[in-house]
Parts: sequence; C-alpha cells; structure tokens
Amino acid sequence: MKLFEYAAPRTEAEVLQVLSPEFGKTEILAGGTDLIGLMKKMIVTPDRVVNIMNVPTLQGIEPTDEGGVRIGAATTLDVVRTSPYMKPYSAVLQVIAGINSLQLQAQGTIGGELCRRPQCWFFRNGEGLFWSSRHGTGERDDRYHAIFDNEGPARFVSPSRIAPALIALGARLRVIGPRAEDEQWVPASAFFQKPKHEQQKETILRPDQLLTHIELPPVDGWLSATYEVRQSVGPDAPLAAAACAFRHSGGIVREARIVLGQVAPTPWYSHEAVAALVGMPVTVETAEIAGQAAVQRARPLNNNAYKVQLAKVAVKRAILLAAGMNPGGF
Amino acid sequence: MANYAWPSRDEAQVIGKKTSRLDGVAKSTGTAKYTYDVNLKGQLIAKALGCPHAHCRITKIDTSPALRVPGVVHVEVLRDAGSEIEWQGEILAVVAAETEGAAAEGVKAIRVEYEPLDVFVKDYDLEAAERAGRTSSGGGRVQTEREPGPNDDEDKFADAEIERLLKASKYVVEGFYGIDPITHCCLEPHGSTVEFKDGKLLAYLSTQNVSGTDDGFARDLNLTASDVEVRCDYIGGGFGSKFAPDYWGVAAARISQKTGRPVKFMLDRDLELKLAGNRPSAYLKVRVGADENGVIQVWDSHHWGTGGATGGAVSQNVVPYVLVPKNYRRRVTNIKTNAAPARAWRAPNHPQACAISQTVIDDLARVMGKDSYDVFLANLVNATNGKADVYREQMRIAAELMGWKEKYHLHGKGPRNGSIVEGLGMALHTWGGAANNSSCTLRIRPDGSVESWCGTQDLGTGTRTVCAMVLAETFGLSPADVRVNIGSSKYPVSGASGGSTTVGGVSESHRRAAQDALEKLFALVAPKLEAQAEQLEAVGGRIRVKGAPQRSISWKEACALLGDMPLEVTQSYRSGTPSPLSSSQVAGVQMAHVAVDLETGVVRMKKFVAVQDQGLVINPKTCASQIYGGVCMGIAGALFEQRIMDPETGAFVNCELSDYRLPRLGDVGEIIVHLYEPDSERQRGVVGNGEPPVISPIAAISNAICNATGVRVPVAPYTPQRVLEALQRRA
Repeated sequence: MKLFEYAAPRTEAEVLQVLSPEFGKTEILAGGTDLIGLMKKMIVTPDRVVNIMNVPTLQGIEPTDEGGVRIGAATTLDVVRTSPYMKPYSAVLQVIAGINSLQLQAQGTIGGELCRRPQCWFFRNGEGLFWSSRHGTGERDDRYHAIFDNEGPARFVSPSRIAPALIALGARLRVIGPRAEDEQWVPASAFFQKPKHEQQKETILRPDQLLTHIELPPVDGWLSATYEVRQSVGPDAPLAAAACAFRHSGGIVREARIVLGQVAPTPWYSHEAVAALVGMPVTVETAEIAGQAAVQRARPLNNNAYKVQLAKVAVKRAILLAAGMNPGGF
Repeated sequence: MANYAWPSRDEAQVIGKKTSRLDGVAKSTGTAKYTYDVNLKGQLIAKALGCPHAHCRITKIDTSPALRVPGVVHVEVLRDAGSEIEWQGEILAVVAAETEGAAAEGVKAIRVEYEPLDVFVKDYDLEAAERAGRTSSGGGRVQTEREPGPNDDEDKFADAEIERLLKASKYVVEGFYGIDPITHCCLEPHGSTVEFKDGKLLAYLSTQNVSGTDDGFARDLNLTASDVEVRCDYIGGGFGSKFAPDYWGVAAARISQKTGRPVKFMLDRDLELKLAGNRPSAYLKVRVGADENGVIQVWDSHHWGTGGATGGAVSQNVVPYVLVPKNYRRRVTNIKTNAAPARAWRAPNHPQACAISQTVIDDLARVMGKDSYDVFLANLVNATNGKADVYREQMRIAAELMGWKEKYHLHGKGPRNGSIVEGLGMALHTWGGAANNSSCTLRIRPDGSVESWCGTQDLGTGTRTVCAMVLAETFGLSPADVRVNIGSSKYPVSGASGGSTTVGGVSESHRRAAQDALEKLFALVAPKLEAQAEQLEAVGGRIRVKGAPQRSISWKEACALLGDMPLEVTQSYRSGTPSPLSSSQVAGVQMAHVAVDLETGVVRMKKFVAVQDQGLVINPKTCASQIYGGVCMGIAGALFEQRIMDPETGAFVNCELSDYRLPRLGDVGEIIVHLYEPDSERQRGVVGNGEPPVISPIAAISNAICNATGVRVPVAPYTPQRVLEALQRRA
C-alpha cells in the first residue's frame, strides 16, 4: 500500500472540496471492503483517501413524500436489510441476504456496493480493465467474464449485485459535485457505463463527484425478486444473476423490468425478456420463454458458454420468485 | 527400562477420553501468538518483488530507485540480470523498510526489464505438452498373471495379453478422469520474523519442522546450527508445504545480518499461492475389464500431470489405488509447466490417485447397472494392503450411518424434484502414518510439578494436548497438571510433522520418558508403602499398591521423596523401531450424499460419512476434529479449489482469496465421523490420521454426482461449469 493523505470531512460540501478532478488522485472510502484490497495490491494508489463515513446526511433510510424510500449511500448493508421501510423491495433484500457474510454486510455500504471495481482477475492482477490476447491466441481464461456487450476491449462484468435490483425497481441516484451546488438525479440504469478507454470508469461518476443517495419509487403494486446463481453459500460473486420487477392485473403482466447481473460490463437490461413476459400470465412456461429470450443475443467468449445457461435460468427463477412461485433450485 | 505399553481400554483414565485442546482458549481469544503475530522491537518489514511473467529472462534489474524511497533501508537482490525465471511470482528482490507502505513503494520502484520466453501451463493437454517438448516418462509397470515366454518380446506380449483379457471381460469401462492442481493456501502464509544478534540467529518461523530448520538457516549464513534457534509456538496451516526456511526465510535472515535489525518477512497472499506450495495434477485415460461379478481383472492406464517446473506427476506406484487387479499396465508421463514446483500436500499422491481410479470402479457399477457398494465390496479381493476385512466392516458401518441401502438408486435413476437430483458415492483409502523420530526430556520436581520439552510442533492438530494426555495418563494426573513445552529447535529433537507421523512419535517419546521416570519414582516410594516397586500404580493423583488402594501416598508426597534434585529423564524413539506403542497402515471408508441442480450445475453437499481406523486413539476429540478438517479440505478440492493458470500468459489468475474459491461452513453439509477402534486396531498402538481423511472425499463426491446425474464429470473440481458441460455432452 502506498502512503497517502487521509481526510475525514463532515459534510457533503466538505467532501467535494477534498476530491481531486483527476482520476486516481483521490479515492472515496466508505466501508473499505473493496478499496483496501485494491490499495494493498497497489491497483489503485491514491494520494488522498476521503472517508465519507462521518457525513451524517449520507447515513440512514427514510421514507419519501411520494411513498418511496431514500437511502444514504454510506448506509451499511445490514441497516438496509433490516429497515422496515425496505420490506416491500424484495429484490434488494434478497441480494443483501445472499451476500452471506456478516462482515461484508456490517461493513459494506450500499453506495460502495454500487461503486465496486470489477472483480475481473486480469484487472485485479494489474493488467488493467482492457486486457487483451497479447499473442492473439484468444486463449485467455475468461470463464467469469461477459457474455453480452463484450465485443470491445471491456469484457469484465459489472460487479454490483444490488444494481440489477435497483434498476428493475426504477431507482434514481443522487449525484453531487464538482461544485457544491451541482446536484443531479440519475436513473440507476444510466449510472453505469461501459468504459471505452482508460480515461473512463464503470460509472458516470467523475472523480470529483459523490454518490449521496439512492431513491426507490413507491412499490405501487410492483412485485420484485432477484435470483443469483451462487456456487457457494459464501460471499463469492454469483456466476449469473437476474432481477425482475413487474406489475400485473387480471393475472397478466402489464409492465416489467428485467435486468441481468454478472453478464456484461454494465447491469444488462433485457428488452427481449420484458417483451416476452409482458402480456402473459406468469407460469413456469412463460418464465422459461422469457429466460430464453433474455439470452438470445448472448455471445460467449473463449471459456464462458455455460454462463448463457445460467443467465437464462436466473431470469426464469427471478420471475417465478417475484410472482411468489417456487423458483426451483436449492 | 520400563516395559513400555498402553493401559487397556478399561484401565485408561485419560487416554481415549474426549479432551479439549489445552491451548484452545489461547487460540480463540487471540493470546496465542502465531508467527505472523511476532513483532520485534526495531524490526524492518520486508516485501517481495515477484516476477510478473511465467517464463522470461531478466535482462536488467535496477534497484536504485527503491533505495531512494523514504523509509527503505535495504534491497536484497535474489535474481540477477541473465537469470531465467520459470514461474510467475518467483521472488527477484526483497525490500526491507521501516514500514509496510515504504516497503511496498520500494518494491514498486524497482525497475526490471524482461525478455519473454515461451510459456506452457496446459498440463491437462497431453498432446499440446508433447508438441511443446514438455513431457518426460515417469515410468510404468506391467504385471500379468501369465508370464511371457523366453522368446516373447515383453511389450508385445503385454499388449496382446491386455487385449486378450479385455476381450475376455464381461464388462469393459473406458474413461478419462482428472484432477487439477490446487495450492496449499495456508491461512497464515509462509514467513518469519528473524533477529541476527551477536553472531546468533533467532528465527520465529511458521514451520512444520522446528527441529530440522536451524541448519537450513545456518548453512546459508555461515553459522553452525547451534547458533540458530527456530521457534514456532502456533502455526496457521502447513499441509506439507512448511518443512524448510525457504529462500525467502534465508533472505530475511541475511537482511537482518546485514542491517543489524530484526526483519519480518511474511509472504503476501498472491505469492503464498504462487510460490509456497501446490499439489500436482493428474489426468488419466484408462480401460478396465471386469468379470461377471464386477471384479476388475485387468487395468490399462496412462496418466499424466504436472508438479510444476520440475515435472513430477502423481507416482505410478499408487495407480490404481488400493484395489489393484492381478493384471495391470500403468504408465505415467511427467509434464513440465511454468508453475512453481509442487510440494508435499497432505497425503502426497493419494487424493489424486484415489480420484482418478476409484471413480473407475463406480463407472463400472454404472455400466453393470449395479449398486456401487456391491461392486466396491466385490473388488476388496484386490486390496493390496491386507485390509480387506477392515474395509468390509468399515463399509458396513459407513453404509449404516449414511442410510445407504434406504437411499441408494442406480446411476441417474433417482427421483427428480424439480431440477434437483440426489446421489450417493463412496471411496476408500490407506496410509502409513508410522511414528516419526521423537525425543522428550521430562522433569519431575520435588514439589510435584511435571514439565516436558520436545522439539516437535503443533500444527493445530492438538499435539500439545496429546503430549499432556500421555504424561497425565502415565502419572495418574490430569492433563492440566503437566506443563508441555514444544516449538523450539533448542528442545530435544523431534521429527518434522509430515506424513501423519507426529502423534505416533510424540506418544512414543512421552510415554517412554514418563514410564521410565515413574519406575524411578516407584523405587523411591516402594519402601514407604512396604511394597515392591512393580506392585505400584499411579492413579487419580496418588501412588498406591495394586489391589490395596488404601496403601497410598499422594503424587506430591511421592515427589517430595526426590529430595533436592528433580528427576530428569530423556527418552527417544527412532522411527522404524518395532514398538508396542505405535504401528502403521490404516484403512478408511468414506461416503458422500450430494444434490445436484441440473439447470445450474451447482452441487450441494448433504451428508458425508467418514469411518477411519488409526489404531489406538489418544484423544477422540482432536482425532475427530482432524477428520472433520480433512473432509472439509476434501470437499474443497472436490467442488471449489483449483489453481487457474491463464493458458496464454501462464499467470496464476485466481491467486487471491477473493478468487480462489473455498467452501464455507454452510457448504460442507452434515459430516459424520466414526472412529473405528475395535480391540484388533486398538492393540496396534498409535497411528497418525492427519492424511487419511483427506484422501477419499474427491472420489466419493465424484461418484455421488455421477450417481445423481447418471453422468461422469471427469475432472475435479466439479464446478457448475463442468457439471453443465458434462450434462450437455450427454444431451
């Protein structure tokens, strides 16, 4: 770990004052469950670490006037999981329960979870986000990499486990900076991006901006669920995941959002799966068809064709789970 | 010299009673100091520069920028320009600094230029290895009942005979089986804190070998072994990888010698996984032929694998494993890859041999449409270790504990619950486990206190507690009444803890020393009790006359008879000496019950049964713990662990714990341990059980998956990807 300066501001405005406009110079520390490891391996080497855990406005969960809920970005996952306001948002709660580590739940924050860097092992071992086949053999071990949107140099998968659920639920994110008066509310789906070059990151956040809040709309009849295909009961990243939210009437799905996780450089919104589901009743068969539709455009890499099957199953099971049906599996 | 023996099951007061570890509280409260916890005043922290390439030549190395980093005190170059590096992570230089951060920045500042060389890591691909010129013969053996005639060409005869036997077989199985390399993955990485002072070296080393590592340091530093003291009170895992100071330990000592400062140098996680121990892979192509009862009559196999840059695949001597038919041909090809050399991994060769050959027996059952249990039972006639009867009884017990008969179905024919199918599998194993060399010095003081010294080490298995139990049993005391000192090279020499040899060794030396001491004490006590020494016994804190317990004195009173001088005895056991206290060769049977999700390929452990013989059990509690641990480690190897090398670059891509998958407690399911200790085994004396329980799980789990799905997943670990691929191949 490189020696660094440490800042512990007490307000959102103070945070903005100590952030650098240049990538890599400052890093935001929340729970630190991701950042510390990256710093120890010197994958990130900030001159200054800005701890945001002392900023009171970034903590806690409260209902909004519209009947939704607003979560401070520095709220820990176990606080989110046990909040009475979160009860209707099954898709989020299921993910946090599935993280299956008391330490990560107690220490990790929801904002930090959204801003995690990719778990891609080439990136974590110092090859950068845009690793390539140096000798053109096409034989890199990409078993955990993307099966969608992987044509360019970015083939990692978006690491956030909560993001698909937030996008499916129609969440908005509050981003501030660089100036104290700069504030924007961004749809969760627009927060993530696939970087095209080294100067871009995996979210739209500039280095001198801060994610402060996550706002979920009122549930308003929407049912939701996340299904993650996990090899172990531990906190390891799932092999594939899907979040589904839908609204139905008369037994027919009227509106739906289906977002896959761990399959693309961003959370992967599946218009195909939505199109397959809307207008249909939820049955094992229609869920299966939606799963099939979700992976139509999948293009596996050298060693990850199995993820297509897992993504398909994740979509099917998320739909069934959201409908309160037995999703199958363990 | 006393007549060395163990008390009978009825007489034993301490031995055979479940006893908690004496250091359990210290370990669980953090007061126990592991090597990683040792910090010396004024110490430097060392960090290593590991080679980023799997195969290259260093053309230039410049450490001067590192020396300019504030806080850096010393840079020790281990590999100069011109050196060929054959695996990723090999340490090129070590930076010692005032702080960890400065050491890390120093490492980052070193400038190295490399010339890349060809990389090969595809140990599973025999043809590619041959094309790359990376193979060499590891030998082989042919054994046939019929002998070649005087004019026969031996190879041609063997060919013809194998083909004839296969043709004559009622059932033939042809298959491919494999197991990838894994690492030792010690939770406490390799390393030491060392202090060179006044021409002497004190090394706190994370080691399985305190008595045998002093000379490793001495040689390199131009000292004598007596100038070196190696200490290890507690160790966070070794599994066969921590027998030597290693070149990084020697480098730390050299830096301490040069700088006059203590040096702490523990490997970072990635280097721990890359350098400090891995288990060779094994891949096998085989044809077997069996008679109408499923007894294998002929085995014909070729296996290959890698022990890293030095070659060494799994020995052909253990293939097929335990159950060896009268006719067999086996050969092995060693593959040299760009990976660090393998180290002994808990039961070297056995888990792999079991995984690639006892799966064949299960496939035979599948082909025959028979219960796998019956086919294993039939093949016990081929058991080469004389343990067929033990296995038969152990199988009966294991089956009962598993509920095998009630649950079993033919391969792939069980009920399906949604996408979930379940299955059972079994395997069996053997191991030596003979007692190692061990010496013990024992002192009984006139105040009644008992203290012992032995240069052994406790790998976490409960060695300290076993030493105390043996002494306490002998003296009629309780384990808490004796003080056991282990973990220093200055104590009487004891062997390295490897190969399940420790419990036998320390039981020998401590029992011998204690019986000798007690004999001397009896001689002093006898006149006092108006009895002969041989009429006395030590029971319940008193020395008394056998058959007349009222004629007794307390242990303290007895010791007071020593006068001013403590009674001191040193006794040794030399490995291989026939003894009534210990023996070797054990048998074990294990059974697995798994569930498989056919849609995701995820395997879940439901239940695991381990029936294990280890002769006489000193402490049933830690003995069972050892088996629980072995089974967990076996489950890890079956379902999770794999050293993943990028085929193109040779980079060890999952070298951090966040990517190196391991099971959690919730993944191991229910584990039932049965200590198999009938009189026939107990009378054999102590045999080690560190290795045996880790041997069978992979084969047993593979067989259970095959029983559940009807499909063999050929190569361990049986990950969702591999299970799905196997299911797809069938479809």
